[in-house]
Amino acid sequence: MTRLRLPRRATLLALPALALRPASAQPARGEPVRIGELNSYARMAAFAVPYRNAMQMAQDEINAAGGVLGGRPIEFLFRDDGAAPSDAARVAEDLLTRENVAFIAGTFLSNVGLAVADLAARRQRLFLATEPLSDALTMHQGNPYTFRVRPGTFMQTRMLVEAVRGRPVRRWAIVAPNYEYGQSAAAAFKRLIVEAIPGAEIVAEQYPALGRPDAGPTVGALSRARPEGVFNVLFGADLIPFVREGQIRGLFEGRTVLSLLTGEPEYLLPLGAEAPTGWIVTGYPAEQITTPAAHRAFFDAYRARFNDTPRLGSLLGYVTVQMVKAMLDRAGSTDTEAMIAALRGLTTDTIAGPVTMRALDQQSTLGAWVGETAVEGGRSVMRNWRYEDGARHMFPEAEVRAARRL
Amino acid sequence: MEWGFWLAQALSGLAGASALFLTAAGLTLVFGVCRVVNFAHGSLAMIGAYVAVTVLPPLLAWSPSLPMFLLGVLVSALVVAALGAVVEVLILRRIYRVPELFQLLATFGLVLVIQDGVLQLWGPEDIAGPRAPGLGHGVPILGERVPAYDLFLIAVGPIVLGLLTLLLRAKRFGLLIRAATRDREMVAALGVNQALLFTGVFALGAFLAGLGGALQVPRIPASGGMDLPIIAEAFVVTVIGGMGSVPGAFLAAVLIGLLQAFGILAFPKITLVLVFLVMAAVLMLRPQGLLGRPEPPARGAIEGLTVIPPASPLLRAGVVFAILAIAVLTDDYLRKVATEMLVLALAAASLGFLIANAGIVSFGHAAFLGAGAYAAALLAVRAGWPMEAALLAGPVAAGALALLFGAALARMSGIYLAMLTLAFAQITHAVAFQWVEVTGGDNGIVGVRPASWAADRLSYLLLAAALILPAIWALRRVLSAPFGVLLRAARDSEPRALALGLPVAAMRVAAFALAGALAGLGGAVFAFSRGSVDPTLLAIPQSVDLLAMLLLGGVQAVAGPLVGAVALHGLKDIVMPLTDLWRLLLGVAILLLVVVFPRGLAGAWRRS
Repeated sequence: MTRLRLPRRATLLALPALALRPASAQPARGEPVRIGELNSYARMAAFAVPYRNAMQMAQDEINAAGGVLGGRPIEFLFRDDGAAPSDAARVAEDLLTRENVAFIAGTFLSNVGLAVADLAARRQRLFLATEPLSDALTMHQGNPYTFRVRPGTFMQTRMLVEAVRGRPVRRWAIVAPNYEYGQSAAAAFKRLIVEAIPGAEIVAEQYPALGRPDAGPTVGALSRARPEGVFNVLFGADLIPFVREGQIRGLFEGRTVLSLLTGEPEYLLPLGAEAPTGWIVTGYPAEQITTPAAHRAFFDAYRARFNDTPRLGSLLGYVTVQMVKAMLDRAGSTDTEAMIAALRGLTTDTIAGPVTMRALDQQSTLGAWVGETAVEGGRSVMRNWRYEDGARHMFPEAEVRAARRL
Repeated sequence: MEWGFWLAQALSGLAGASALFLTAAGLTLVFGVCRVVNFAHGSLAMIGAYVAVTVLPPLLAWSPSLPMFLLGVLVSALVVAALGAVVEVLILRRIYRVPELFQLLATFGLVLVIQDGVLQLWGPEDIAGPRAPGLGHGVPILGERVPAYDLFLIAVGPIVLGLLTLLLRAKRFGLLIRAATRDREMVAALGVNQALLFTGVFALGAFLAGLGGALQVPRIPASGGMDLPIIAEAFVVTVIGGMGSVPGAFLAAVLIGLLQAFGILAFPKITLVLVFLVMAAVLMLRPQGLLGRPEPPARGAIEGLTVIPPASPLLRAGVVFAILAIAVLTDDYLRKVATEMLVLALAAASLGFLIANAGIVSFGHAAFLGAGAYAAALLAVRAGWPMEAALLAGPVAAGALALLFGAALARMSGIYLAMLTLAFAQITHAVAFQWVEVTGGDNGIVGVRPASWAADRLSYLLLAAALILPAIWALRRVLSAPFGVLLRAARDSEPRALALGLPVAAMRVAAFALAGALAGLGGAVFAFSRGSVDPTLLAIPQSVDLLAMLLLGGVQAVAGPLVGAVALHGLKDIVMPLTDLWRLLLGVAILLLVVVFPRGLAGAWRRS
């Protein structure tokens, strides 16, 4: 069975980057280092397409500047994982067996990430999970072949809880989508809030089904408990109805609201001028970030090339490729064990600042921006934000050892 | 204070009920007349929402008033109605004579096409619609603030119900719709232009779907994933109300709306299951739904197949040879793909057995594939069972589940039976998805490893073949055994079979259990091949895949399921890496197949 090749946009788009290359560096030549990147490009296009754009941009920049491993170019093979674990495992197997990739990276959904991580362990090949948030990936279902780039559910919840440490907000209501991500975020919140606010209690919990929020009744049930604070895990298409119903029914008035991921452009932009103001959120205020300087360069280059503002996916894609380059430089080869050894404890200077891959749970210290939502000029934005380094919010080491049975 | 809360909660539920009713009314009308269960109805509602978020902002910018908002909603609904008419003329008109199941499948093909189409036209990001001018505030009622738009929606439901009733009672078009709902053939025999009637009804159904979608825009954003939740709830409402009954749909919508509003107070975590549990309970008490009529006996729903030739020795030898060739000559990737094809072939074969012989159209067969996989995975990973024992536990668990479902379904038939299998599959899926403590939720269970002797892909492929091929052949034997013959007798004429003293219900339950157990065996083999199990294994798309395989291979053809599994799985495997538009291609392929080869690939081969 011969396999048709997708004409790669990457090769077409490489031209402008080549034109911009510094005069001193030679463009990379020779046998490319192939990397299998699988993601939900169709189902999760809002995230995955900007992610792929940034990866291609980073790839072209690296290749124009001389590549890796003594002048070899890197080449990402982008494949759709079908947003389903079985399809993803098959695609990953295909990449490893037939496309001769050095390692695999990517995935969006946690269940897909876990299935691919399991395959990686079985095949004893490196898997760099970029986006899936489930704590299981680095904790009790972690394996020596799987590393994660993004801060997981626990880390992001902890960033939010730290933002209200010591405030006199004791009665909390939780609303979370009813699946693993929502349930584990709720569990992390319950555990962390009592440490951060003495006497805190959970007075109401609602778990609407993913993708079909009954926003009215949900808001009604939460208001009834008269909470002082609300912890929200709803996102995407579930978030807007919740926001609208909550505003009309006055759920957010005079209450502290913590909301996971809401500040990410993927979820904040669709809110338009309707973002609730003063929510404390994790996110990515791309256009406002001035340090490190490399981020500004990335932002401008991305806008110039794609005529669009980078999304969180773009940041993650770019940071991932930066980490890949640093790993290959340190490993000196594409041998799996060498790459794993190189990745453990590796610190990379990324556009989000220095990021270390903690060896213990193979979780990177990439952080997130925590700030408040606001509306300016008819758009939803983040204000009063600061970058929270992931290193400060990771699972305690003893807990990791227990979960991973180290 | 509390009274205000209960009232506000009830009003929220009723507003939701109105929205549900609009989409469900269109679905039930189309089913009543065209006898097509339109899976793409939710997709039409989605298009309505997308058109509304496109046309409303400019209209409201021009004049921010309520009449302008209503005009925009009406325009959106009319656009969807026109689209519906086009779809009816181009596609549905050609498949009214195809067995029900394949119509369902064709409309699912449409779902896939529309999903990608919407993504291309409107992009991947959710689009929030504008609020309705003058209805964006909260109305204070007994100390609670109720959205004014909710009150507006509560009024819209009964108004639409009234208009539809007037149309059905007073107009000739309505008279024909009612007549066709009762007896399609008689209306045709009386010389009514059926083509026009069907197109008109489908356009009306699409209009209602578009209206439902457009009116939702101030409450929920237009998003690419809204189609399946909408259709799932519309199905539930339609089935509970009685398929074809508009007042029934209204009653059921109110029931479901209130159930959701108050159910979340008592059971915040199981709302998904709750709805389907109510549906299953209603159907078991009243199989035709609240206000539905008992279905007229199906006329030639599936052509009887009298004699099934056993698979020829040559064909069997060919299959064994092909598998040995794949095992020895190819790489690990193809071995894995071949293993998966075998699993899917077994599941499709067991489904085909039910459809063609027991006359049980199961729309949730993936539940048994999943049950087998979960049983094997749970026992292997959590309880530490060896692979061999866990493989055996798969069919036992799935068979037991099928026995349970079968007992509930034994006395039902036709489309209600299909819908109830769908409901049971959804309950199973919801349990796997939401019971995180046991099943791992959507993350599923990972680390399902075969025994060391079967750890490499080659050995595992041979093991899978050794388990699955005999199972498929045994199923074939059952067809020509007395049990199979009697099943078909009961399928073709239940009254006569009962008069002969056949235990029809018990036979159906046994057939259901057998098919479930075999699918469960496939699931167990699947679990060790994949290394992980998760809820997508028992979700609707997986059931649809199995049906598509049957369709591809042909229900009536001996090698049907195997051919179908190889063809569909192979197609996915080749197309998916090539393009982001693989759903579109898959949908078009399904549509073409239903229209061009209603007997399936293998069926077409045999005929020529």
